[in-house]
Amino acid sequence: MGFFQTNLPYLLAGISTGGQYALIAIGYTMVYGILRLINFAHGDVFMCAALMVIYSSSYLPLYISIPIAIVATGLLGFAIERVAYKPLRTAPRMSAMISAIGMSYLIQNLALYVTGGLTKYYPPVPFISDSIEIFGAMTKRVTVITPFVTLFLIIVLVSIIKYTKIGIAMRAVSRDFETAQLMGVKINSVISATFVIGSLLAAIGSSLFFSNYTGVTPTVGGMPGLKAFVAAVFGGIGSIPGAVIGAFIIGICENLIKGMGLTTFSDAFTFVLLIVVLMFMPTGLFGEKATDKV
Amino acid sequence: MEKEKKKDLIFSLAVIAFVFVAVVVLENILPRTSMLFTVLKKGSIYALVAVSMNLLNGFTGLFSLGQAGFMLLGAYTYAVFTIPVSQRAAVYQYFDGGIIQFSLPVFVAIILAGLVAAFFAYLIGLPVLKLKSDYLAIATLGFAEIIRALFQWDKLGGLTNGSNLLRRFPVFKSSVFPLAVSGICIAVIVMLINSTYGRAFKAIRDDEVAAEAMGINLAHHKRMAFTISSFFAGISGALLAMFQTTVQAAQFKSAMTYEILLIVVIGGIGSVSGSVISSFLFIACSEWWLRFLDNADTYIGAFHVPLLRPGFRKVVFSVVIMAIVLLYQRGIMGDSEISVAGIRKKLAARKAAAAEKKVSK
Repeated sequence: MGFFQTNLPYLLAGISTGGQYALIAIGYTMVYGILRLINFAHGDVFMCAALMVIYSSSYLPLYISIPIAIVATGLLGFAIERVAYKPLRTAPRMSAMISAIGMSYLIQNLALYVTGGLTKYYPPVPFISDSIEIFGAMTKRVTVITPFVTLFLIIVLVSIIKYTKIGIAMRAVSRDFETAQLMGVKINSVISATFVIGSLLAAIGSSLFFSNYTGVTPTVGGMPGLKAFVAAVFGGIGSIPGAVIGAFIIGICENLIKGMGLTTFSDAFTFVLLIVVLMFMPTGLFGEKATDKV
Repeated sequence: MEKEKKKDLIFSLAVIAFVFVAVVVLENILPRTSMLFTVLKKGSIYALVAVSMNLLNGFTGLFSLGQAGFMLLGAYTYAVFTIPVSQRAAVYQYFDGGIIQFSLPVFVAIILAGLVAAFFAYLIGLPVLKLKSDYLAIATLGFAEIIRALFQWDKLGGLTNGSNLLRRFPVFKSSVFPLAVSGICIAVIVMLINSTYGRAFKAIRDDEVAAEAMGINLAHHKRMAFTISSFFAGISGALLAMFQTTVQAAQFKSAMTYEILLIVVIGGIGSVSGSVISSFLFIACSEWWLRFLDNADTYIGAFHVPLLRPGFRKVVFSVVIMAIVLLYQRGIMGDSEISVAGIRKKLAARKAAAAEKKVSK
């Protein structure tokens, strides 16, 4: 019971960060599933969403500025794909990845210019940011809400992918890019839709994440971005349930490690996990076996 | 042919000697604080690490993003082993003066920096090099992050000083030193690329299956390229430590690797001279030439130029980089090189063409 009592706050924090990572990881896993591209700029999209809320909330009430920021982030995702990845669709895979790194560099520098290098603070969202007490552990309400929001969004997303036309097209494109194209799937709109959905989810994840950790700097998206990517790899790249489970495991482990007083290693743990997964089960938990053809 | 080769060699050596004399002369004419020297020092350090990354990414086709980690290893090795014994108590004030109570000569420490980075690269390479393309990239990036965390761990504080600065180790004053060290290292890399090993590396890059069929041991050659590349990344890390006069693990983030990667891409993946040129250009632009963009009080006549304020330089700079990545994918040099022999051949061809024109007239 003592062990439970001391670790409960970390466990709660872990579940909530896990949910936030999950929302980012979906963007990675969907894009990788379709384009075979690690979208390095995705973490920065996550950061931009927070900055948009911060800047718009000084003119507008929060219940308007958050939805506006979420929609704007979707547009940002669309624009990034059109500018940075579409021209390179036939280029070697590495060019697209370099372009993604360049894009991430550009977004971070833009954010640095706009913020003037100062840490901006996320406005407290009424209700969500309030402190509450669970089993004697103090925490913010967002910690409790996050897993439910995440689960709800995932159910919506999975039904979109399973039953709607665009969802079927997405699955077809991720299975076989060229054949899908031959069957009349409009590849560009499918890819755009993927980026928009991924960015929307990242934006929602960002408002949950920064209600908890309020400081926003230009590079703040990097680490959660990389961790979410690791979660996607762990769950089996291209698989949405896999990414979600991976994200929860990473979120929980990371916070328990913090609880043991090894904060320095909470980031490193993620990468150890990544390397172990890549070594021993490269297709992740739910990934499909891929064979290399000569 | 032999005679021409000899001529080329003498001419190249003359050019190099001229550059060094010019630098020495400039150092005596210009004030020490001139940005030119910052660019020369930092540019030559980045040139070395960019060429070492190019050896992997451009010549062996292994897409690795671990450079910052290996530079960190090099920088720390150099710093830890060269802090004078008398200064150790002050530097390691939270860790009882540290556990190492001797210091090595500068050159020995620089080579040791390379060796330590190479040793870790060998160990990391054993499992990681089996991975392909972007998985290799993300795994090496992960290792760099793990190394960074490990060096900030206070349990290792006796060696690494935890997350505190390492300082008071010997540094260089003249830009001749980093230019010379980088120059020698890059020359060694060029010789390696032109050797049988280099040809094997290129074969692996072009087609792994074909290379294996030709009897090239894939695992052995990949590991070798990875280890050698890290050796030079370690040396450039040591030089960077000397340039900055202090070292801290927190600074070797993945952003640093991305910068080096962008330098390699701008110079042309697979071109050593491209990497060198683009390192100096990159550093000159980011540290010197674009500085005016950060000045908020810029007027053209009575017109107050809008948008200019601290940070604008980096925005312009990254837009330019994106334009190069998207529109000019081959970079400055593509995969060709600048060499004395190449210039001579071009001149000869031009002469021949001119002569032909005359005849046809």
